[in-house]
Amino acid sequence: MCGIAGLIHRGKSSNVGSELQGMLQALKHRGEDSTGYALYGDTDGKNFIMRFKVGENVGEGSSSVMEDVSVYDERKKIVDQTLSEMGAKIVKEERTLPYSLRYEIDYNTKDLLEFSQRIENIPGVEILSMGKSLEVIKDLGNAKMVCDRYNLDKLVGTHAIGHARMATESGVDIKSAHPFWGYPFSDVSVVHNGQLTNYWNNRRVLENKGMRFMSECDSELIAVYIAQKMREGATLAEGMKESLSGLDGVFTYFVATKDSLGMAKDTMAAKPLVLYESDDLVAMGSEEIAIRSVLPQEIDTYDPFDGEVKVWQI
Amino acid sequence: MANLKNTEKKTKAQAMGMHTEVLTGRTQQKFFNPDEAENFYYFGTYDVDFNKRTDLDVKDMTAPEANKEIDNLMSQGYGTIVIKNPQGKHSLGVGILNKLNLIFEGSLGYFGMGSCDGPIVRINGRVGWSCAENLMAGKVVIEKNAGSCFGAAIRGGDLICKGSVGARTGIDMKGGTIIIGGDAGAFTGFMMQRGRIIILGDVGINLGDSMYDGTIFVGGEIGSYGSDAVDAELTSSDKDWLRRKLKVAEIGENFDLNKMKKIVAGKKLWNYDNLEPTEKKGAI
Repeated sequence: MCGIAGLIHRGKSSNVGSELQGMLQALKHRGEDSTGYALYGDTDGKNFIMRFKVGENVGEGSSSVMEDVSVYDERKKIVDQTLSEMGAKIVKEERTLPYSLRYEIDYNTKDLLEFSQRIENIPGVEILSMGKSLEVIKDLGNAKMVCDRYNLDKLVGTHAIGHARMATESGVDIKSAHPFWGYPFSDVSVVHNGQLTNYWNNRRVLENKGMRFMSECDSELIAVYIAQKMREGATLAEGMKESLSGLDGVFTYFVATKDSLGMAKDTMAAKPLVLYESDDLVAMGSEEIAIRSVLPQEIDTYDPFDGEVKVWQI
Repeated sequence: MANLKNTEKKTKAQAMGMHTEVLTGRTQQKFFNPDEAENFYYFGTYDVDFNKRTDLDVKDMTAPEANKEIDNLMSQGYGTIVIKNPQGKHSLGVGILNKLNLIFEGSLGYFGMGSCDGPIVRINGRVGWSCAENLMAGKVVIEKNAGSCFGAAIRGGDLICKGSVGARTGIDMKGGTIIIGGDAGAFTGFMMQRGRIIILGDVGINLGDSMYDGTIFVGGEIGSYGSDAVDAELTSSDKDWLRRKLKVAEIGENFDLNKMKKIVAGKKLWNYDNLEPTEKKGAI
């Protein structure tokens, strides 16, 4: 089933980590195999923030293969060495969990494709997000469990999107969890609720254009599809509008960039979405109870119609 | 209940020749008798007084707890119940088979007022998906917007949304009336079998797709017609009925009914009553 939630504060920052945790926890009955956050924090914008993993969470319920923990250290060493070879300087390093790391990197480039390809050529390493504001954190368990594990409830920023996942067509693991980074675009992330039926056709076309897929989760296609459209010169809104005909199936999805948040709903309107919009805040989720966790007072909400695309700026 | 012990006595229906058998022994079959007022109510329903009013704050209750408390209040004779702080909770007010005046001070989540028969409900907020699904009788009024599958499979009663509704409104409906003050989404009236839908605003694509029967009235623009949905002539009796219904619904009283389009089933998809040709049978 899966649940998605997102919010954007316009003209101010807020504790988006805690707010999104509340929204996703309200949706945990829609799936708690894994939960993911894409948080756009307040930064000085000088350095890249790279969230990456060197292994999987192999805890209870995971479909990943157990590995010797020592390989995590080996992979980390190779990442550090590769970054050094590329002239990327690690400014700050955090290792929240043995398999999950956060680096702040001083690196001057506009094209992250080559950078990402070199890092991900290291076996067992996956970049979860790369950007100057975006941080993607995803792991097994419900929203509160993931929030507590990664200390997300203090994160201040302007906007965020998240996903509570019930695994249906791919494994219970971090690589299949949402949000997906819009590889290789800085600060682009996607969450999705639904099923895409032309996944393999689109994947083959996009792979031939040099795009990469890390999982077999159909939702990853949306991130790659939008990224490719933007690579070809489309704006975010244009790419999303094209997706309504380019992607087949039932879907409601959110895309976020460094300064915007968008939603799209398929032409069958088969997947739910409730939206609240005011001058200073937009909050949306698969169910109204997600919005109620941040706005308990009586408010006006509505369901976007079929084939609707909306984009908001911070 | 009908007096099952006194089976010798003829009921009014028997006297009128509507049925002749006389049941003996333990049976659950009951025959309708207009003289017995209790025949209008379900077994286990309550005699409530509309003037007996109370509030119920469900902020810290789960949906089953809230619904049980509504039932408990009805058992105490409360005929008007005001629900405070529903806060978008799912499945509130479901399965009420009783006359009751129920008011929600706020919004409901999914399946609000599902499978009800008889209550008069006012929701001073928004409702999520599948509001009043399987409604059999009564009236449900939503002051704001509604989600998708609004009034799915209703069999009777009046379901009114003063705002806009999502996709598949009135899907599979088998009776009753749905009235929308604003716009409606795609696949409105999908596979509807009986009943009527009134939309004062615009409606999305595939209106009345695969409808078997029933009538849809649209005051605004239509995105597209669904398979086998066709225009029909808006008659003066249609206008009279619309005028009455909109008045009861407290919306669109000044709406220009000449703008209304009437959509019905073309009945080209009907196959279930095509009898096998006699000559074909003969050939076999």
